[in-house]
Amino acid sequence: MPVDVELKELTAKDFASDQDVRWCPGCGDYSILAQMKKILPKLNLPKENVLFVSGIGCSSRFPYYMDTYGIHSIHGRAPAVATGVKAARPDLHVWVVTGDGDGLSIGGNHLIHAIRRNVDLTILLFNNRIYGLTKGQYSPTSERGKRTKSSPAGSIDYPLQPLCLAIGAEATFVARTHDVNVKHLASTLERAARHKGTSFVEIYQNCNIFNNHAFEYATGKDTRSDSTIVLEHGRPLIFGKEGNKGIRLNGINPEIVELGNGVKEDDLLFHDEKTPEPTLAYMLSRMYHPEFPEPIGVYRSIERPTYEGMLEDMVQNSIEQKGRGKLEDLLNSGDTWTVK
Amino acid sequence: MSTATASTDRNVNIERVDNITVRFAGDSGDGMQLAGTQLTNTSAIFGNDISTLPDFPAEIRAPAGSLAGVSGYQIHFSKERIHTPGDVCDALVAMNPAALKTNLADLRKDGVLLINIDAFTKGNLAKAGYETSPLEDDSLQSYRVFEVAIDKLTSEAAKDTGLANKALLRTKNFFALGLIYWLYGRPMDASLEWIDKKFGKSPDVASANSKALKAGFYYGETTEAFTVRYEVDRAAIKPGRYRKVTGNEAVALGLIAAANLADKTLFYGSYPITPASDILHDLSRYTHYNVKTFQAEDEIAAIASVVGAAYTGACAATGTSGPGLALKAEAIGLGVMTELPMVIVNVQRGGPSTGLPTKTEQADLLQALYGRNGECPLPVLAPRSPSDCFAMSIEAFRIAIKYMTPVILLTDGYLANGAEPWLLPDVASLPDLHVEHPKANGEAFLPYSHDERLSRPWAIPGTPGLEHRIGGIEKEDGTGNVCYDPDNHEHMINLRERKVQGIADDIPLQEVEGAEDADLLVVGWGSTYGAIISAVERANAKGQKVACAQIRYLSPFPRNLGDVLKKYKKVLVPEMNLGQLLMKLRSEYLVDAVGFNKVQGKPFQINELSDKIDEMVKG
Repeated sequence: MPVDVELKELTAKDFASDQDVRWCPGCGDYSILAQMKKILPKLNLPKENVLFVSGIGCSSRFPYYMDTYGIHSIHGRAPAVATGVKAARPDLHVWVVTGDGDGLSIGGNHLIHAIRRNVDLTILLFNNRIYGLTKGQYSPTSERGKRTKSSPAGSIDYPLQPLCLAIGAEATFVARTHDVNVKHLASTLERAARHKGTSFVEIYQNCNIFNNHAFEYATGKDTRSDSTIVLEHGRPLIFGKEGNKGIRLNGINPEIVELGNGVKEDDLLFHDEKTPEPTLAYMLSRMYHPEFPEPIGVYRSIERPTYEGMLEDMVQNSIEQKGRGKLEDLLNSGDTWTVK
Repeated sequence: MSTATASTDRNVNIERVDNITVRFAGDSGDGMQLAGTQLTNTSAIFGNDISTLPDFPAEIRAPAGSLAGVSGYQIHFSKERIHTPGDVCDALVAMNPAALKTNLADLRKDGVLLINIDAFTKGNLAKAGYETSPLEDDSLQSYRVFEVAIDKLTSEAAKDTGLANKALLRTKNFFALGLIYWLYGRPMDASLEWIDKKFGKSPDVASANSKALKAGFYYGETTEAFTVRYEVDRAAIKPGRYRKVTGNEAVALGLIAAANLADKTLFYGSYPITPASDILHDLSRYTHYNVKTFQAEDEIAAIASVVGAAYTGACAATGTSGPGLALKAEAIGLGVMTELPMVIVNVQRGGPSTGLPTKTEQADLLQALYGRNGECPLPVLAPRSPSDCFAMSIEAFRIAIKYMTPVILLTDGYLANGAEPWLLPDVASLPDLHVEHPKANGEAFLPYSHDERLSRPWAIPGTPGLEHRIGGIEKEDGTGNVCYDPDNHEHMINLRERKVQGIADDIPLQEVEGAEDADLLVVGWGSTYGAIISAVERANAKGQKVACAQIRYLSPFPRNLGDVLKKYKKVLVPEMNLGQLLMKLRSEYLVDAVGFNKVQGKPFQINELSDKIDEMVKG
């Protein structure tokens, strides 16, 4: 649907709905909501073309707090609902807000398939490694041994890595950010929103009630430089408080090295988010704390035709070839005969 | 009649009959469905009334010659109006021992039994569980058996096409068809034309099929074994343009028509499931009618995508069968809660669980009415014949859009795959489904305000100033804000219920057919109509006084249904389940209706209903 009205310049305020925000005080979700309102005006979209779709869980209340169109759907199904939205109306700008339980457990199947189809959605997975809304059971991303209400002796589940899954499903845009570094969060959201195709963003989000400090290592002032590594396209992988550590390939495995003593920047692994092969992105997604610094930023950003674009082309091409079907012809298609 | 049926020198008696039922049965690779459709088309074009039912195995390619691999196609053609594919067969074509074994019970005594003796090998007999060949004992003596070496004759007929013998044998269905054409005075032209069109790119294949067809026909003509042939005159059919249509085809056409009448995109999100997949296949071919099909990753994604598409303003529909409807239940509830228009087609099959995927049943009525969490009312419609699926699909969308509600359309395997002639409707007579979506008017927008029909505004994304959120949590009437207030919840529960009940003012009253002063009313729904009306016509023809009412609107019921039921001393409710409509009628109207139930994966036969009617009339 072409919009030719002059766009009013929007501000963060324009995107705030009249609903009271009901997340627990101190929840990481507030930070994500604030950054979302800030970056949306930058996208120069008519507000009425923006749509948020969510499932069930704390994060899934998100649409109620945005003064845009929105669907708070059912548990796990947001990617499928959003696929229907995009397929029917490619002109809409669609966000999916989900969590580690909603997106990876009950809705894992829909997440995989939305990603592999490359539907133009920006999927934000708020990962707090716990079920918050149901008051504290272990989730698919909880670490093994985690003691929760449903795992008093410690969880025996191996956790799932959201980015590995997204890359395995051939996501065309994959990134990780967190709720504390709001600048990084905002720029990642903006880049994800501008990507054509499925953008998958894992956001480390603190649940201060049921899993407080789960990401302290990645977000804390004292620890984050050593336990995360900021990805920059075309740049070597360097990290550490002193900026003197790097990631080097040893055969096909990454290893941590110290710069100096014969190790030069050029020996390090250089990040390439554009490479068509997902191998590098996948390897990065397998770097976990505490053995490795965890990469923050854009892992992968490649171009591929979108599902809704190809679907629309299919319809338009068939109309071009066969002419727009008329009901009279429809009824008369197939073998007909006349009784006199 | 075409020259192909010119009389022969041989002395053959011609017997005129009112109607004939033929069944082709063979291995699933023997082309029985094709032979059946050819006989159907030819008979329809000839001017008979027709009704057909394919019967295929659940296995795609069960081992050749096995009982599980038998595929059948039954066609009933008549000089009178008919409503069913026929109770028993007048002729059975058995292409192998397994086909004979599984179908013989449906052939009437003295019926024509055409057997392909080339397939009656020791191995095939063993696979079918025959210890001795039925051709060599007296087990077939009550039938008129014609033993024909179909394999050999087919190979012989088309050997000069240069095709390998294996390819030649693939045309044996046309040999059998040709013989049936001769036996029942059918012209070959339509099938010959079809062969040319279908195989035009491979002239040798086309030629082999044509030769096989003709060889079968001339075999009948020249072989002394056949001393009688039958003719069925044209039926007195309402003039107009016709096409043959199955229920699934009619649903697809109806959904497209509805979207076109609403000037909208048809979005169809569906997951493959027998026997509903053909709707998805059909719609996928009609993209130039502004149709978008989405083959979802599962049943839940299919209905979830429909909720999304409906929110954005599309005519959104999904199709499934019983197990899929069960999976879709929660998301249909979301559709009810968000008050969005959508159509859910449920092509019922034998249940529970995986049940009998390729067989028919009516056991999802209560699931359709009540199979969701919470108080979750929605309209449920049930077409009564394959062609009625067209009108009722449009009706489903009319109600969905006008009342902002999901609507379930209940068909079944029998309607889905059964075919009948369809008098094409005049496009101008179809309803206008055009929608005026709201625009901002300066006042605060209330997405959950309800009009006199209790329908809410369908405001669609892309409309400036109407930004709003919907969802599955209880909504405050008017604002649509999340609301946990107990009184509001009860109010909304009642509102959703009253909305659906109110639709009764907007649907036709229940019609009654049959005798005016009847004591017995036969009440059915869905695909049983054909057998019920036939049995009731028979009853009245022999002096009994019986009426029938086929309910097409199951939720809400037509306003007059209670009055209709109370007019009769006795009410009989035949259903292909254990009495689901019966339970509804008894509880809602306090009538002492009696059930008559058949749950075999097979439709009612007219005879079965006639016997029950006799019993009720006498009793």
